[in-house]
Amino acid sequence: MAVKGLPASWRKIPQRYNLIGDECKTCGERFFPPVTICPNCRRTGSLERYKFSGEGEIFSYTVVRAAQEGFDFQIPYFLGIIKLKEGPLVISQIVDSDPEEIDIGKKVKTVFRKVREDGSDGVIRYGYKFILDR
Amino acid sequence: MRKVAIVGIGITKFGELWEMSYRSLAAEAGLKAVEDAGLSGDEIDALYGGTMTPGLFTDGQEHGGPLLADAAGLTGIPSTRIEAACASGGAALRQAYISVGSGINDIVVAGGVEKMTDVLTPSATFALMGAGDQKWEGFYGVTFPALYAMMARRHMYEYGTTEEQMALVAVKNHANGSKNSNTQYPFKVTLDQVMNSTPIADPIKLLDCSPITDGAAAVILASEDKAKELTDTPIYIESSGMATDTLALHDRKSLSRTDAAIKAGKDAYKLAGITHNDVDLAEVHDCFTIAEILAIEALGFCNIGEGGKFTEEGETEMGGKIPVNTSGGLKAKGHPVGATGIAQAVEITEQLRGEAKARQVDGAEIALTHNVGGSGATCVVHIFKRRN
Repeated sequence: MAVKGLPASWRKIPQRYNLIGDECKTCGERFFPPVTICPNCRRTGSLERYKFSGEGEIFSYTVVRAAQEGFDFQIPYFLGIIKLKEGPLVISQIVDSDPEEIDIGKKVKTVFRKVREDGSDGVIRYGYKFILDR
Repeated sequence: MRKVAIVGIGITKFGELWEMSYRSLAAEAGLKAVEDAGLSGDEIDALYGGTMTPGLFTDGQEHGGPLLADAAGLTGIPSTRIEAACASGGAALRQAYISVGSGINDIVVAGGVEKMTDVLTPSATFALMGAGDQKWEGFYGVTFPALYAMMARRHMYEYGTTEEQMALVAVKNHANGSKNSNTQYPFKVTLDQVMNSTPIADPIKLLDCSPITDGAAAVILASEDKAKELTDTPIYIESSGMATDTLALHDRKSLSRTDAAIKAGKDAYKLAGITHNDVDLAEVHDCFTIAEILAIEALGFCNIGEGGKFTEEGETEMGGKIPVNTSGGLKAKGHPVGATGIAQAVEITEQLRGEAKARQVDGAEIALTHNVGGSGATCVVHIFKRRN
């Protein structure tokens, strides 16, 4: 894995820290992650930044027991595809929740967490994760 | 488009091949194919090589076009690396088919190779995640088994598919693979063994997964005129369908359906002037057992949502309604990602030539390959036909 510079992470701070995506004013669909062109309206679309509430429900989930490099120390961990209240689906870890309670349809909300770090002296990258909302 | 036929095939042993390098694998498959076609190297007009990421899997080496031509002793000809993740082989076959069909070239090699065991498993897992969306999936610790696990979970939720039904895909493909000498794992497994294997990403277990594999495969394509000069058993490529979907799984319209495969399949059937009922056997992309269930549904062999039941009823076994993955599939044969799409075409050619020995589907006339990149973002479908 290549040693990464900072700009790629810095550029995504609005999305990863604040769950900011886009809304197309032409068709009304909301997108997360942000898009550069509305796939429905293409050039007739009109995109505006949109901040999602962070509320949603579990659409699908799994428990990762064999991780890619950088995540070995976290296993086992839950991953979910979350359906945000405002429409889009997003993939994320589900943390700090009773494993027995995690299931399709359960309500979740975002929390701000450390996602990964590049070794002991590397950059620490933060972003959203989800917890069960009760 | 003029008619295009396969006139030569070559495949290496698939497995953890410590003594073989990326280059020696590619050369072995290519030379076997050229020899099978009865050609000499100077009759080859061009090469298309499917390979996903030699850079991440080996030593930083890219520039696959000249690399592959050089390895095979074909320096000088136009040679292009084709990358479509795990569908790189299928995409290379499609480019070679278009190249000959268009009339630009008469004889072309379509090859595929991957050397995956030179890096440790966590690094291979990271490299493979390049087939998904590294920014919006990989960043959060997503792995490929995790993506297919979430598709499986959704399929179970929506259609009542069971873990046992998925496990039966592995049981069938290992039974087929036990009759194939090139296979990485040429042995049978039982339902209990699959069900009790190590959990990887629930509900996916170790024996639901295709392995990490070294291997290469090549086919030689020729125009109809050339093909008839070269062989008595040309295997015609009737059509090629290819489609894409969103890179990230969570952006798809459905998690329990593979829309790119549905579209690629429809296009291929239409171009070949056939329906799924005409297909005698299929090699499909079973990178995970759920993937074969999704494939047989997308290709129309059974209804959407009924792939688990269809498998359980034995319809995809040898002697069933539509034998699927007679080679052993990615599951048993192994999955050197760039080589897989070409290896599928090798199996189909052996079947349609009537040379598949213990795996032979009697009277096979029309066959299909289905090769997927990522969690379904690319799908390439080819239809092949034997003519008397």
